[in-house]
Parts: sequence; C-alpha cells; structure tokens
Amino acid sequence: MGVNRREFLKFVSISTLLGLGGTAVAASVKKEVESSGPYIPDPKALNAKRWAMAVDMSKFKSDEDVQKCIDACHQIHNVPEVDPAHPTQEIKWIWTESYERAFPGNEDEYLAAHYKHMPFLVLCNHCENPPCVRVCPTKATFKRHTDGIVMMDMHRCIGCRFCMAACPYGARSFNFRDPRPFIKKELNPEFPTRTKGVVEKCTFCYERLARGMQPACAEVSNGAIAFGDLDDPDSPVRKVIDNNFTVRRKPELGTHPSVYYVIGGKEHA
Amino acid sequence: MLEKALKGGRTYWTWVAALLAVIGVGVACYIYQFFMGLGITGMSRDVSWGFYIAQFTFLVGVAASGVMVVLPFYLHDYKAFGKITILGEFLAIPAVLMCMLFIFVDMGQPLRVLNVLLHPTLNSVMFYDMCVLAGYLVLNILVGWTSLGAERKGIAPPKWVKPFVILSIAWAPSIHTVTAFLYAGLPGRHFWLSAIMAARFLASAFAGGPALLIILALIVRKYSKFDPGKEAIQTLGKIVTYFMITSTFFLGLEFFTAFYSGIPGHMQSFIYLYKGLDGHHQLVPLMWISTIFAVAALCILVFPFLRRNETILAIAAAMVFISLWIDKGFGLIVGGFVPNPFEGITEYWPTTPEFLIAAGVWAIGFLVLTILYKIAVSIKEESGGEAIH
Repeated sequence: MGVNRREFLKFVSISTLLGLGGTAVAASVKKEVESSGPYIPDPKALNAKRWAMAVDMSKFKSDEDVQKCIDACHQIHNVPEVDPAHPTQEIKWIWTESYERAFPGNEDEYLAAHYKHMPFLVLCNHCENPPCVRVCPTKATFKRHTDGIVMMDMHRCIGCRFCMAACPYGARSFNFRDPRPFIKKELNPEFPTRTKGVVEKCTFCYERLARGMQPACAEVSNGAIAFGDLDDPDSPVRKVIDNNFTVRRKPELGTHPSVYYVIGGKEHA
Repeated sequence: MLEKALKGGRTYWTWVAALLAVIGVGVACYIYQFFMGLGITGMSRDVSWGFYIAQFTFLVGVAASGVMVVLPFYLHDYKAFGKITILGEFLAIPAVLMCMLFIFVDMGQPLRVLNVLLHPTLNSVMFYDMCVLAGYLVLNILVGWTSLGAERKGIAPPKWVKPFVILSIAWAPSIHTVTAFLYAGLPGRHFWLSAIMAARFLASAFAGGPALLIILALIVRKYSKFDPGKEAIQTLGKIVTYFMITSTFFLGLEFFTAFYSGIPGHMQSFIYLYKGLDGHHQLVPLMWISTIFAVAALCILVFPFLRRNETILAIAAAMVFISLWIDKGFGLIVGGFVPNPFEGITEYWPTTPEFLIAAGVWAIGFLVLTILYKIAVSIKEESGGEAIH
C-alpha cells in the first residue's frame, strides 16, 4: 500500500474526527511513511564552497538577451507579474538597472552613453557577510554554511521586513498581497508559490543546483553569466574574474557580494 | 483597584465611548488588512516600513520618558515629583502596549509572531528590542501598581519594590537605545547610519514624553480634585526645555556632517525631507511644520517668565509634542527609505485604512491610559496625593 504524506495526514485527521482513535491508526501507517528513508542527495548535485556569479555585460547583444534571463527565472520560480493597480509593490528576483542606479556613487556625467545605458542585471548578491541574515529575528533568511547561498525559509518568515531595510542592494521583495492570482505565465508545479506576508528573493537556484543544473539565468544567457565556485581557481566564474576587470556593487559596505560584473569585456578593451 | 475605573461621570463615559468607537473602526480595518495583506497600506517595495513602525519608534520614546519623573523622585528625593511618578509610570504602560500593537499590525504573518521566541536569534536587534520592551512593561506594571496600592492603604510601598524602581530607571534608556540600534546599524541606509542616532532618540524622547505629561497633568487637574502641583509642572517644563534644546542641537549635528562633508548619500534624505528631491516633495510641508513648531516652542520655553504661565507652557508643550511626533513618528522612518538603494525615489503616504488602524491602536493606548489614570487619580483624591518612599 503506497501512502504519501498528504494522504496519510488526511487519513489520520479524518479518523481522529470520527473518533476512531487517530493514534492507533497512526501507529499502523507510520511504518509506511518512515520507510521512505533518509534524504539522499542527488549524485548529480553541483557542490561548491562559495557559489558566485560573473555577469559579462559585453556578451549581451540585445535587450532580448537580457530579458530572456529575467523571464527564465521568473517563470520557473512562479514570480508574480506586476499588479498594474499597485506597481510599487512589485515582486522581482532579477531585473535590470542602469549603471548609475546599479552602482550609485560611481556616476560620472561624462561616462560614455554606451555604458550609461547598459541594462545591468541585478539580483541578490549572496553576500559573504549578509546584513539581511544579521537582522532577521527568526533565521528565516540564513546563509547556508555549505555553499554560501543566502536562503529564504518562507514558512518561518514573519514578514517584519527588517531584511528589506537592511539589504543595501534592494534585492528583496515582500508579498504585499496574495501573489497567486498574478502568476500569469504557466505555473511551475515543481517550485512552491508563496503566500502573502512573506519576503522573497533570488536563491541562486538552489533547487536546480541540487539536481545538477546551472541557475536558470546562467543557463539561458549564452555564456554571458558565468556561475561557479569562487573557491575553485578553475571554475568558470574564476576564469572570468582572472581574465577581466570586474566590479561588485557597493563593496565599501563590507558585505562581500558574490556577484561580479564585467563592464567592458574584451571587445571593448 | 480596578473598580475605580467603573465609576465616572458623563464626560468620562462619553470619552470612553468615543475611544471604543475609534477602536471598533480600527479593528474592522485590521480585519480587512489581515485578509488582504499589507498591500492595503501605502507601503511599497522601496518604502517597506511606514506609519506603523514610525508610530512604534515614537512611542518607545514616550514610554522611556517615564524615567524623567521617576529618577528625580527616587534618586534625588525630589518631593515635588512624588505626586506624579505614578502618572509617568502609568503613561509608560499604554505606550509600551501601543509599541507592541504597532509591531503586530505591521507584520506580514502576524500568526507567526511567536517564531521570534521559538527561534531566538541573538544577532538580531529586533530580538533584544522585544526583550527590553516586555521587561519594561512588566517593571512599570509591577512598580506602578504596588506603589499605588500602598498609597491607597496609606502605607509606604514594600521594600522589595525599590530594587525594581532602580532597575526600571536603568532600563528606560535601554529601550530607546535598542530601538535606535534597529536603524543605526544598517549598512547602506545613510540617513540612519549615524552614531548619534540613539542619543537623538533619547533627547527627543525626554522632550516629547514630559511635554505630553505636562498636558496630561493639566487635564487631570481640570477634570479631577487631584492637583499634580504647580512646581512639578514647572519642573517638567524645565526638563522639556533642556531636552528640546539638546534634541534640536543633535539634529543640527546631523545637518552639519551631511552638508559640510557634501557626501551625496548623507545629504539626499535631508534634501528630500526639507526641500524635495528630483521633483518629489510630499513630506516637505510636514517637516516644515515640525521645524516651525520646534523653533516656536523653543522661543517660548527658553524664557522662564513665559513658561511660568501654564497656558503658554501647555501651548509650547503641545508644539514640542507635535513637532517631535512629525519628526520621529513619520519623517525619520520614511526619510531613511528615500532615496532607495538605487537612488530612485518612491514616495509614501499612509492609506485611509492604514491611518484608521493606527488611530485604533492609539485609541487602545488612550483607553488603557484613561483607565489607569482614573484609578490613580481616584486614589490620589482620597489620599491627598503624596506618595511615600
């Protein structure tokens, strides 16, 4: 008899309600449930000491190339579309900003228009020293010690939004209302949708890494986004950093972001 | 002692009924918010804290200010405050209560509030803020209630209360310091990232709280046979004067650092609040009302002959209170979010339901305050008003 968790709980709760003695029933079915065994990681899973990303802006040839990365991410993560009635309460995990908005404090009125208008992809920086993790009162956002990903536990988040005040990169979004009616694209049943009242953000596609896949944005970027282990000198991300001049957003704040940007690239050098 | 709150005249019951009506509207709006989410507020991705958190911040100051009457009485044996220590303690109780309610109504997942206790996180300032607020509430209830009970019987309060009084005096500044640390430790929020934040918080609290106490003392005198005393009110006036000067001075320090250094990040929030930035100036009129009230109040308060007139003192106290309420109960929080981390501007203004929920919380606070003051004043009327310690 195959009983999954949902059926099991339904069975137990109904039996309890009917006064059939939930515990007695539970004991008999418990074995079935436990026999599912301990969690064994997928042997294909990708592992790293510290995941990082290098975004080479010179390799994006058009706005469509950039948009493809955004759409891929938002589609597989069931990110709701902007509610036209409440545009300032939007939810986004990865999006574009101009140079002076992505790198405030570095603006220069004589900066060549080419750079000024580049659509910089911005997302959670998965900081080595994340202020959002520091301030969270419930550890609902936490840094995974194995690979440095700044994670979100949507079931623990109390929605206090302290992390949003703390993040210097504006990477976090709050579900001001139920997001589900605004998931207009095809729903991805493999990734949970969220409820109202919790904060969310990019999680470096931890769910894909666990199954041996690159983050969605990197996968569709035609090589513009390199992803890999910052700790491994042979990783794709280190190769980009070794061969190009790279910058990070607001490094002066001591957060040690894990997202690097190549602005010029070789063709422009 | 609670039975004292059940006996009152027509004015008393009309006031209570009015508060209950405001509470009812607030609760109805909260139920709406509970089901719809915080999307019904004016808050946004960029301004992710608004009116609720600003009210919380301001009220922590009001709560902490109770120490301004408790300290001179207990540590310096300043007899004139003997009559009003209870008013200070009983102001702190509803103030802390409102703080907690404002945090609660601001939560996206209010039913998960106990996660803060279930997963205590020692690196989060919010955890400490919860601890100090709860502690301060308990201390004030314990000390206030016990002292008043003793006074009712015409005896000195039990000896064991004294250590708790001393503890509450030390505790009061801590609640506002920790609240300032919620803001002052965030990288990338230049407006809040200031070492003087906690000092500013305390100075404005010790001006605004006693200003409210002056008004409350005058109301108590008008509507009851209990007189808090001319000297006590005058001394409160002096406290308000000194701390208002300090508070204004601290604000001036912020202006100097921002504008003499000329660092854009440090200047932008101030420019947004007082002049408007890139065509956005929704808060400018409010901030100027705050400024004008602060200056006008100071012009009155610094002259002893003016503040000796209780009517003029009351007007100055009201201006101090409103000025600081705008500054801390609105501008300080919203200003920290403008401009956003991309130096873009999203403006904020509370929506009607948001405002009504806030009004409801204030009404709950005033109801608790009314009940506590009614009890205290009834007992004072019987005993003649002198506390023994």
